[in-house]
Formats: sequence, structure tokens, C-alpha cells
Amino acid sequence: MSQPAGLDVRWPLGLLFVLLGALLLGYGLLLEPTQATAFTGEPPGMQVAADVINMTWGAVLLLFGAVVLYLARRGRRGSTQP
Amino acid sequence: MKLAAIDWAILVLYFIFVLGIGYALKRYMRSSEDYFLSGRSIPAWVAGLAFLSANLGAQEVIGMAASGAKYGLATSHFYWVGAIPAMVFLGIFMMPFYYGSRARSVPEYLKLRFDEKTRAFNAISFAAMTIFSSGISMYAMGLLLNLLLGWDFTVSVWVSATVVLLYIFLGGLTSAIYNEVLQFFLIVFGFAPLVFLGLQDIGGWAGLTAALNDVATSRGYEAGAWTQTWSMSGDPSANPMGVEWFGIAMGLGFVLAFGYWCTDFLVVQRAMAANSMSAARRAPIIAAVPKMLFPFLVILPGMIAIGLMQNVDTTGFALPAKADGSINYDLTIPMLLIEYFPNGMLGLGLTALLASFMSGMAGNVTAFNTVWTYDIYQSYIRSGASDAHYLMVGRVTTIVGVSLSVAAAYVANSFNNIMDMLQLLFAFVNAPLFATFLLGMFWKRATGHGAFFGLLSGTIAAALHHGLSLPAGATAGVKGGWLQAIESYPSEMAQNFWTAIYAFTTCFVLTIVISLLTRPREERELVGLVYSLTEKPQEHGVPWYGRPGPLGAAVVGLSLVLSIMFW
Repeated sequence: MSQPAGLDVRWPLGLLFVLLGALLLGYGLLLEPTQATAFTGEPPGMQVAADVINMTWGAVLLLFGAVVLYLARRGRRGSTQP
Repeated sequence: MKLAAIDWAILVLYFIFVLGIGYALKRYMRSSEDYFLSGRSIPAWVAGLAFLSANLGAQEVIGMAASGAKYGLATSHFYWVGAIPAMVFLGIFMMPFYYGSRARSVPEYLKLRFDEKTRAFNAISFAAMTIFSSGISMYAMGLLLNLLLGWDFTVSVWVSATVVLLYIFLGGLTSAIYNEVLQFFLIVFGFAPLVFLGLQDIGGWAGLTAALNDVATSRGYEAGAWTQTWSMSGDPSANPMGVEWFGIAMGLGFVLAFGYWCTDFLVVQRAMAANSMSAARRAPIIAAVPKMLFPFLVILPGMIAIGLMQNVDTTGFALPAKADGSINYDLTIPMLLIEYFPNGMLGLGLTALLASFMSGMAGNVTAFNTVWTYDIYQSYIRSGASDAHYLMVGRVTTIVGVSLSVAAAYVANSFNNIMDMLQLLFAFVNAPLFATFLLGMFWKRATGHGAFFGLLSGTIAAALHHGLSLPAGATAGVKGGWLQAIESYPSEMAQNFWTAIYAFTTCFVLTIVISLLTRPREERELVGLVYSLTEKPQEHGVPWYGRPGPLGAAVVGLSLVLSIMFW
């Protein structure tokens, strides 16, 4: 194997998603449930509120980012060992 | 659509990362090989995701959703019949020659295998094509942002061009590849909730099928025309695409898909940057796994949109019309974003959309600067200079390439027809290319003269076929029939598939005939370039998932299962 590129892409990838997830999660938590009414016009059978969807998906992104960061850390430890 | 502070925060955060990666990689760019080939140091999974992402430009995301609305699930032929087998073929059979020959680009392989004139033909047409596709991508983006957010066309084009320019200028191909990995995940995480919410809204798969059956019958097709694939391909008139099984299997599956995925340097460059032969071969196969599932991410939204639109009285959802009154299918994804995403998620969706535009642009720019620097500048303008000189030329070319793309975007903005014509011209050049590579890699008797004149005749055959045929309802001109319309096709897509079939066949036959009439090259010169003269890669002791062969077979098997599930 040749020289590694120097920067493991998992660091920026994980960090970006942790921050994106935190932003969405935090924003969802801050939203007043009452004012965060359904955002679509008149959907039959679907009333997902803005706070729920931002929080849920924010948590998913955060989790994904954390897993990637964990893998990056494990990868770094692995490469320093002979 | 109105953006809130949170949406801007997400957008800005993404831009900081994009530029940060370029900046962080700057100090690793020491030689031209670092800059153009990532020093051949990229792990297989990163190369694989970049391979996929480079193709995930505007045409893919916007265009596939539009086709999903227009043609339904049959659009998945582009994946399960088209892309997947071609990507696996590239990994198993062709990568050993691209990577093993140490060629630095696809045109350079043509030079090693055939001769200078074949390389020049490919390099020049490819370089021109990348500039115009990148320009068209930028133009589409400027138009879309203007329509959705009221952003100024000029500001959108210049800001995105500057960002792409900066991160490639600083970090070269590695920077483009790393950003493509980010873009891949952004697109997946940005659009997946859209599909989920849309499906919920329309009543799940059952609700979608019911709505699409109405769509089909109201337009004079059988009920399943939008939700089934092969079972509707017995006759061109049975499906909205207007193609039958032979055109799909040969035109799309064999000629067009293999021509694109196996010979287009834009994607092949990502695999060539891998850190070993094994990684280079696995990269396209790894890419095929998510690619196989992409119909659910990019085609399904289009199907949902047209289903919602069918019941506009209850759903209130409709795609806007173009100036001429026809439905503007290109707005499928943006309209769904507005429909389902609240502020916050909207920022994420918009970022994903911008990411896809930028990945398409960056792919073109990195491929352009490599082909220009190695295959044109170093070969015909100034050879024998120091490596530092070529690294500098690469950086300057990045600036020139982006500037030319911006110019092309403005050309597209003012003369729409010129861009259509150029795209057509490139389609002619590309259609026969796979025949040249197939013969070059697997038939040692193929000669340089055979390849060059075969390619040229294939291109002319494509142009002739286009000039003599016309899709139903079109007037002679850019759509075809500019010589005389002696053949008529039910749709533009059918015409495209058949143009490709004629071009491929002409190139294939003439390359063989001319090769047999010309002097063959010495066999020792072809070692590492042709299948029968090259040692097979050794794979003893590697588990099956690390070997391209079994991995590829598993991927093709899975996509076959998907085809049957949605038969």
C-alpha cells in the first residue's frame, strides 16, 4: 500500500454530520410544539409536525456522525500499531 | 420558499467544510501525481463512493426524478440493466488494464494500446465535453435557484463556481474525492426523508400503486405502466418510454451504459486513484451496491409527485407548467422539498441539492484538468518539463476550466439550442467508444488504424442515423431528421438507444475489418494492455468479499432480484 493521503476522510465526514445533527436536533427542541404545526397544505392522513421531524432526523444525523468519528478514531489507533 | 436562519446555518456550515477540506489537503499536494491521481492512495470504499458521487450531478438527481414522473419505474432500467452490470464489468475485466498499465487517464490508455491519433481524438472531444457538461450543470443550477429562492442567476453561478474552483485548486483530485464522499452522504440523508414522508402521504406503496394506475389508464396505458418494468416492454406502445425490450437490453444496457461507465474518464478517474489494484477493481463494484438502491431515492420521488398530482383535488400538489403549457418535470425534487420539509430540514435538503450540483461540476473539472495537462499540454504543447511545471499547469488549468464552464453556462442561458446541439455532437462521439475499448482490451489483433477509423465511422454512423430518424411528434432539427426523416420512433429515448446501437455496430465491425487489413503490433508491446497477454491478478487467501469476481457476482445477483421483484 502506498502513502496514505494524510487526512482520513472520516474525520471531516463524521464532524460535519455531528454538527448538522446537533443543529437540527437543537432547532427542533427549541421550536414550540404549538407553533410548529403541520407544514404541508392539506395532506390526508399525515400531520408530521416540524419539531418532531427536525428532532428525529437531527438525532439520526448525530448518531451517524458519531459512528463515523468512532471508526476514524479506531482507524488511527490501528495504523499507529505495527 | 422562504429560508430561515437555521437553513442558512446549515448551508454555511457545509460550505465551511467543503473549503476546509481543500485547505487541509493543500500541504499534501507535492507532485502532479498527488494532484491529478491522489498519489494513488485512496482506499477502496472512498474511491467507490466518489465514483458514484461524481455521477450524482444535477442530471442524475433532477433528471432521474423527472424521468420517474414521466416514465415511472421503468426508469430503473438505467440502474438495474444499465449501470450495475457495466460497473461490475469495469471492475472485474477492465480495471486491470486501466490501473495495471499505469496510464494516468483514459485517453492515455488509448495511446499506449493504439496510437497517438486515437488518443488525440478522445482527449480533445472529452475535454470539450467536460467543459460544456459542467457549464450546463451550472446553468441548470442557476435557473433552479432563481426559480425557487429568487436568487440571482449570476450570483448563484459565480458563488458555486468559486467554491468548486477553490477546493480543487487547493487539494486537487483528493479534495474532489473527499468532498464527493461528503456529498454522497448528504444526498442520501437529505433525500431519504423526502421519500419516506411522500410515501406516508400517498398511502404507502399500495396508495402509490393505486394513484399511478390512475395515471396510466388516464393516459391510455395498461394499469401497471408506471409501477412495472419488464412486463410492459413487449411493445413500444405499451409503456410511456416508448421502447421495447431489445432497445432496452442492447441500446441502454449494452451500448450506452457500458460506453459511459466503462470509458468515461470522469468516473474511471476515481477508481484509478485507488491505493492498489485490488482496491481499484473493487471501487466500481462497491459503488454498485448503493447505486442499486438509488432508484428508491431518486426515481420514487418522481413517481410520488405524479401520483399526488393525479389527485390534485385532495392533495393540493401539482408540478408547475412550463411556458409552453407542458409539465415542468425538472421541478419534481424542489417542489417536493417545499411540500414536505419544514425550515431546518429544508436547509438540509437544499444543501443536498447544491452538493449534487457541485459534485457534478467538480467531477468534470478534475477530469478536464488531468486530460488537458497530461494528454494535450504534455503531449502536444510542451513535453519534458519538470513535474513542478505540470503541477502548476494543473492548477492554472483548474482556473481556466472553471472559467470556461461559467462562460458555457452563460452561453446556455442565452442560446439554449446551441447547447442541445453540442450535447448531441458529444453523444455521437461517445456512442461507439465502448466498441473500441472492448476490442482494444480483449482482441490483441486490433490495430491503431482500425481503432481510429472505426471510431470515426461509428461517430459518423451515429450522426447519420440521427439525421435520418425522428421521434414521434418532433419537428426536424435538433431532435433529428435534419437530413431526411425516413425512420420514425415512438419516443426520443427509443431514437437515442437505436442511434447508439448503430454507432456501436459500425465501429465494432469496421475496427475488425480495418485491423485485419493493417499491420498488427508486436505482442511484447501489448503486455499489460490486452487480456490474453496479461497475467491475471493473484487472489490466493483473500476472502470472497475482498475479491472483485465473487463480489461482482453478488451485486449482479442482487440487482437481478430487484428486477424480478418489480418485473
